[in-house]
Amino acid sequence: MLAYIVKRLLIMIVMLLLVATMIFLMFRTMPGDPTASMVDPSIPREARQALLERYGLHESLWIQYRIFMRDLVQLDFGNSYFYNRTVLRVIGDRLPATLILMLTAMLFAYTFGVLWGAWMAWNRGSRLESVGVTFSLVFRSAPTFWVGLMAIMLFSVTLGWFPAQGMRTTGYVGDSFAEVFLNHDFVRHLILPAFVAGLYFLATPLLIMRNSMLEVMSEDYIEMARAKGLRDRRVLYKHAARNALLPVVTAGALFIGAAIGGQVLIEVVFSWPGLGREIVQAVTRSDYPLAQGIFIIISALVMFMNLVADVLYALLDPRIAYR
Amino acid sequence: MKDEARMNARSRRSGNRQSLFNIFWSNLKRDRLALFGVILLLFFVFVGVFAESLAPHGPRDRHYDAEGTIRRLEQPSWQYPFGTTDVGRDIFSQVILGTRTALTVGFLAALLVTLVGSVIGIIAGYFGGWIDTVLMRIVDFFYAIPFIPFVIVLSAILQPSMWNIILAVSLLSWRTVARIVRSQVLSIAQRPYIKAARVAGAGHLRIMARYILPNVIPLVLLEMAFMVNWAIMAEASVAFLGFGDPRVTSWGQILHINFVSGYSRLAWWWTAPPGLAIVLLLLSIFFVARSLEAVVDPRLRKR
Repeated sequence: MLAYIVKRLLIMIVMLLLVATMIFLMFRTMPGDPTASMVDPSIPREARQALLERYGLHESLWIQYRIFMRDLVQLDFGNSYFYNRTVLRVIGDRLPATLILMLTAMLFAYTFGVLWGAWMAWNRGSRLESVGVTFSLVFRSAPTFWVGLMAIMLFSVTLGWFPAQGMRTTGYVGDSFAEVFLNHDFVRHLILPAFVAGLYFLATPLLIMRNSMLEVMSEDYIEMARAKGLRDRRVLYKHAARNALLPVVTAGALFIGAAIGGQVLIEVVFSWPGLGREIVQAVTRSDYPLAQGIFIIISALVMFMNLVADVLYALLDPRIAYR
Repeated sequence: MKDEARMNARSRRSGNRQSLFNIFWSNLKRDRLALFGVILLLFFVFVGVFAESLAPHGPRDRHYDAEGTIRRLEQPSWQYPFGTTDVGRDIFSQVILGTRTALTVGFLAALLVTLVGSVIGIIAGYFGGWIDTVLMRIVDFFYAIPFIPFVIVLSAILQPSMWNIILAVSLLSWRTVARIVRSQVLSIAQRPYIKAARVAGAGHLRIMARYILPNVIPLVLLEMAFMVNWAIMAEASVAFLGFGDPRVTSWGQILHINFVSGYSRLAWWWTAPPGLAIVLLLLSIFFVARSLEAVVDPRLRKR
């Protein structure tokens, strides 16, 4: 198991270096002045020349690539023009907000999805089952950003239940992690975006859980459990649901990549100060070092979560042997 | 009832290979949702094809009332069924014209994706060995790239245009099709008639085109239906973020202007229609795909 994790981590590092290479080439082959991706074109010429030399941008593409990779390995993504700080610091500031929103939404979606999916399979053909299927299909077909806009219109503007945007009440500046995240005001701001993101995530666990439950329920050991006279609920959650969980976990892994895309849109709609909104703004402001850095970090995040899902899969199903 | 239709489809398939369309047709008669999907999809295609004649106004025309003041943010009326925007543009016409954009991007991108994906999937699955390994590593690599951020960066580097969005969507989505087609081809390539064809002296190209391709076509069609949805959603998302083609009216662009103007909080008649159009179009394609799935064999794939 340990050897497997180490191997996967090594593959992940190689993949990340490849993704970084791709993004390096993309920014260098763009039309216009490719050095604009590393050094702010708006600063005075002498200073710019000095910086160009410092980053080696007057050198050949190959040497530039080596410098880029050397810095990358040291986690040096350069400076953001807009914030005038290192890219790494900006990312560090934005990452917790993104992670908290995403994990809350996932937790919501997976808890509801798994429980409701299992219940739906158990009560196959009932009215609530068809409601569940229709509901998840509609939310799968609805663009998240639009659901977000409608939710703001309904819950924030019309009903006034939740704040419409941001992570804290406007004007608030927190110093420490605890000050920003651990309080009532933050939770109030979190509910609506997490709910909308959760609705978007919900269809995947719900439908897969339902299908996999239907398969599990035809197995002999379920009949056995029933024959023993166990109560329905016990058979459902203790015997059937546990075994039906596996495909939900694997599908979840493949879903994470798409989930990050939805996350970007939700952060923009709710003005949530996370990585997704930041990359959109960085690209709009032509703040290329920042865009580059966030792209690489998001890729790393996706790969890491895939790895976590695979390890979880192994823990859940001892039949799986890892090489 | 649906299961009946599926069983029926499966038993017929073994008897008669040519009648994919017939199975789909008989399935339509049983499955009301699929019929609803087909009718709705045909409606959207009709609107998309004749968008220019159907739209009562140009997407950028500004409308004035009798006294010459601009019709800002008017609620829906007979004259303007979806109301007007903050600068007096007719939302109904914009939504109609957006239909064409959504369908164009959806179908072209899906076509490109399934074409590239199936060719790579068939080659990988048929040849196996190091070719398979190399191609699947490339697929793995493309799985590691986050989709929306990639499209954002790409459209920032290239000029924003509809073709670049199609390109960006295709660049990242062929991997899914390639993987699914490959796993299907792996099992087909083991069948006796493939070996027989090889012994009879058929070349690789001939075997792939004549004996393997027809067997994966239903699967590819199904996958293409999912890809249409995926591409439409991607285009809408990119346009919503403001990286879309500024010259082409699309549903995402309507919502982008709606959001940036700040009226997404008040003007429900502006926010709701493009979103509802996306939901209905995607649902209709999904229902069609689901009845295609019954043709392919429901156990073949699980999402």
